[in-house]
Order: sequence, then structure tokens, then C-alpha cells
Amino acid sequence: MDEFILIFRHEDGNKVASPEQIQIWMKQTMDWIGGIAAQNKFVGGNGLSFDDARIVKYNSVVTNGPFGEIKETIGGYIIVKAESADEAAEFAKGCPVLQGDGNSVEVRKLAKRDGVH
Amino acid sequence: MQNQELIDHLFRTEFRKITAVLCKYLGIDHIDIAEDIAGETFLSALETWPYKGVPPNPSAWLYAVAKNKAKNHIIRGQIFADKIEGTLTSSLPQEYEIEIDLSDQNIADSQLQMLFAICNPSISVEAQTGLALRILCGFGIDEIANAFLSNKETINKRLFRAKEKLRAEKIKIEFPPPTEINKRINAVLTTLYLLFNEGYYSESQDSVLRKDLCLEAMRLTYMLIENAQTNLPVVNALLALMCFHSSRFEARKNAQGEIILYDDQDETLWDKSLIAKGAYYLNQASQGNEITKYHLEANIAWWHTQKADTPEKWESILHLFNQLLVIEYSPIAALNRTYAVSKVRGNAAAIIEAEKLKLTDNHFYFTLLGELYKEIDTQKAKQHFAQALLLAKTSADKQLIQQKIDKL
Repeated sequence: MDEFILIFRHEDGNKVASPEQIQIWMKQTMDWIGGIAAQNKFVGGNGLSFDDARIVKYNSVVTNGPFGEIKETIGGYIIVKAESADEAAEFAKGCPVLQGDGNSVEVRKLAKRDGVH
Repeated sequence: MQNQELIDHLFRTEFRKITAVLCKYLGIDHIDIAEDIAGETFLSALETWPYKGVPPNPSAWLYAVAKNKAKNHIIRGQIFADKIEGTLTSSLPQEYEIEIDLSDQNIADSQLQMLFAICNPSISVEAQTGLALRILCGFGIDEIANAFLSNKETINKRLFRAKEKLRAEKIKIEFPPPTEINKRINAVLTTLYLLFNEGYYSESQDSVLRKDLCLEAMRLTYMLIENAQTNLPVVNALLALMCFHSSRFEARKNAQGEIILYDDQDETLWDKSLIAKGAYYLNQASQGNEITKYHLEANIAWWHTQKADTPEKWESILHLFNQLLVIEYSPIAALNRTYAVSKVRGNAAAIIEAEKLKLTDNHFYFTLLGELYKEIDTQKAKQHFAQALLLAKTSADKQLIQQKIDKL
């Protein structure tokens, strides 16, 4: 069993949703994660806040961000256990983030800390 | 006068107090001696009360006898050498004052300190619950064996090894420093939680004993709440959970001792005062920022005290199980979550979720699948119930499953 990270990519992080809409998404996300956890395959995860975010660039230039200049932003991630990338991708299909047009979930295998992989 | 009854009652309430105070006084090395002295004290009562009559204040009499026996033991015994001799240089042993404090305060403190000492991760959880039953609840070895569906010999061995281990680890009988309480309390709560479950879900036929186990677990949890330092939100959450569960104690089994499922329970048998108490402690538990599995389980248990099936009820329960599974996976939580899915999104959706669980060695898994298929595909429902019947271990479980098959 390997660990995979599912990274939520939002096409436009600037869109402001209503509190009611956010509550619905929260519930859907919790239920999606609950379904993975019920299979004992949830490892961890978190949402990433846009508040007080910074982008640090070449030459140590720091800007507030990631607003405006970056088209796509990362909204959060979870880490799951799966037999294969395909199984991890099956989990990703249920992610409520995908209800947003243009959004995507990137599935990546976590490197094993054995210096080989 | 029913001497035997009185002694039984006193044994329940006083044995554990005397043992805890003596354990605290004599140290972890001499738990056995503390138990022996407490036992001998009751033997003295049995020998003298029937002839001389019960003393006006039986508890005080027991304490006085226990103190004397302890003093004699200390003066003549090995303990004296261990405890005193090394430190004395010139003064005579006779002048040494032995003060065994059996005040309410010291009894409560000693019991709490013993609770922390016993719930030490160096011994197995079975041994922890066993020792707690013996030393803090005054249960006899027979009763403990009955509760664990085991025999006297096994329990004796288990407790003996646990005491050896506590001795070897030089566990101190003391209150953890304030900075450590949050860390140490978890082990204590785990033991109390298991002690309660042992009573609540035990296969033992002795319903008085099972109820006693639950009550003792609640009493010990309440002891933590009575102490300002351990009166933490998480402790209140656990007590709330215990109150809600035990409110259904009378409704869970019929006169023949068969389990009655939640849906079929007569809710007039639910204990309203325990539900109210649970609500009080759950409210106390909500102070602070931490949400523990006890908070979530207590909330789920609260929803189960509301018999009416509302959409809000099942959505809340589903949400709580989602959170619970993220904190800590357990097959039973996974199955209960799936049941909640069926209540919120229907059986077809729940079947998809259930089949992902693959708990194919668990009879509850197949019982749940059988239930979900009941109205969709009778044949499949039958197959799943049959599989559940094969895997079920206890006669009570088999009986329940057979009833479901017969009803199809």
C-alpha cells in the first residue's frame, strides 16, 4: 500500500462563495473524506487558507498572494492510502472540488523516504 | 438483622477505600499486602459482628481495624525494614508514629492517584481494567473472571503479572504534575471507556454484574470530575457518553436476556434522568476548543436519545461519524457511518459505500448488507444474512440474524 497526495486545484481562487455555499461544500467534503476514512485509507489532509498568504520569488521578492497573477491556485490536499495510482484516482473522482468548472485534483505518489524512490 | 447483606454492601463501598489508602501508604510494592489487610478486615467483621452485634458506626469500625492490622503489619514485617530502618539512625522503632489517614479527602485522593498508577501504559489494557476492578471497585476475582468470560486462574495470573510489572517499573502512586495531566488522562479515560464497554457489551449472562461494571466506570469517571484538576472537557464528554448509553440499559434486553435492537426498543424504559445528566455533562464538555472522539461519540449517543427519525438527526449522525472516522478508524464506526448514509441518501447509495468497506470477516458487515438489500434484492439479502450467520460467534447474535432471515 502506497500513500498518495490528492491536491485540489482551483482555476480561480478569487471567486467568492456565499457562506451557505461554503457550508454545503464543507459538508460534502467531510462526507467524501468520511467515506475514505471508513475504508481506513485516510491519512491526513488540510485546507489551505488564502488569508495572509505570501509568494516568495527569486531574489527573495515577497508579495502577498497568490492573487491575480496566478491563474490556478491550490485550495487544499488530502493524503490517502491506496494500492495504485488508479485506486487513488478513484478516490479523487468523488472530490467536491471537481464540481467547479476548470478545477482539478492532481494525484501524486508520495516519495518513500528510503532514498531510492 | 441481615448481617450478610450489610457486609456485602460495606464490602462494595469500603473495601476499595481501604485498599486505595493502604496502597498509597505502603507503595506500589505492597499492593498485595494492602489487599490482604482489607480482606482480613472484612473477615474480622464476619467473625465478630454476628456474635457481638454490628457496631453503631460500621465504617469507622472497619477503618479502625484496618489501621490496627496495617500498623501490626508494618511494625513486625518486612515493610518496616524497607520503609523505615534504612532511614532511621538512632531513634527507636517504637517511637515511630504510624498515621494512616482514612479521611474522606485522603480516600478520594488515594483512589485518584491509584487510578493514574494503574492506568500505566506499561501494562496491558486488560490488566489495567482488571486491576481497576479489583483495587478501585472492590470486585472479587470470581466477579472479574465472570465479567471477562474467563476463569479465576487466568485473572489471578494476569493481575499478578501486572502488579509485578508496576513494581518493576517503580510506578509511583501520586498525582501527575499539572503539566502532565493532559497527557496522562488519555490512558485513564481509555481504561474507563473499556471498563464501561465491558459492562455494556459483555456477553456475560449476569445482568446485575454487567450493570455494576457500567456504574463503577461512571463512578470512577465522576471522581475525575469532582477533582478540579481533572475536571476537563474530555472527561465530561466521556461521562456524557456513559450517561446516554446507560439510559437505555433496561430497554436493551428482554426478560429472556435477548438483545432488543434500537429500533424496537420501548423508549418509555429509557432513563430520562440519565439522559438529562448526560446533556448536562455534554454541555460542560463543550467548553474549550478540543473535539475528541468522546465528544463525537457522546454527540452521536445524544442523537440516539431522540427516537424520532428526522432528516436532521441522520444528517447530524452521518456528519459526526465522518469526523469520528477521521480521528480514529474502527470497523464499527465505518459500519455505523454506512447505516447513517442509508438513512440520508437511501439504501442504494449506502450499498455502494458498504461494498467498499470489505470487512468480510465481520458478521455485522454482512448483517448491514443484508439489511440494505432487504427491499432491493431479497435473494442477495438472504445470501448476506446467511454469511453473517456463519461468522457470528455468540448465540445472541445468531438468534438475531436468524430472526431476520425468517422475516424475509
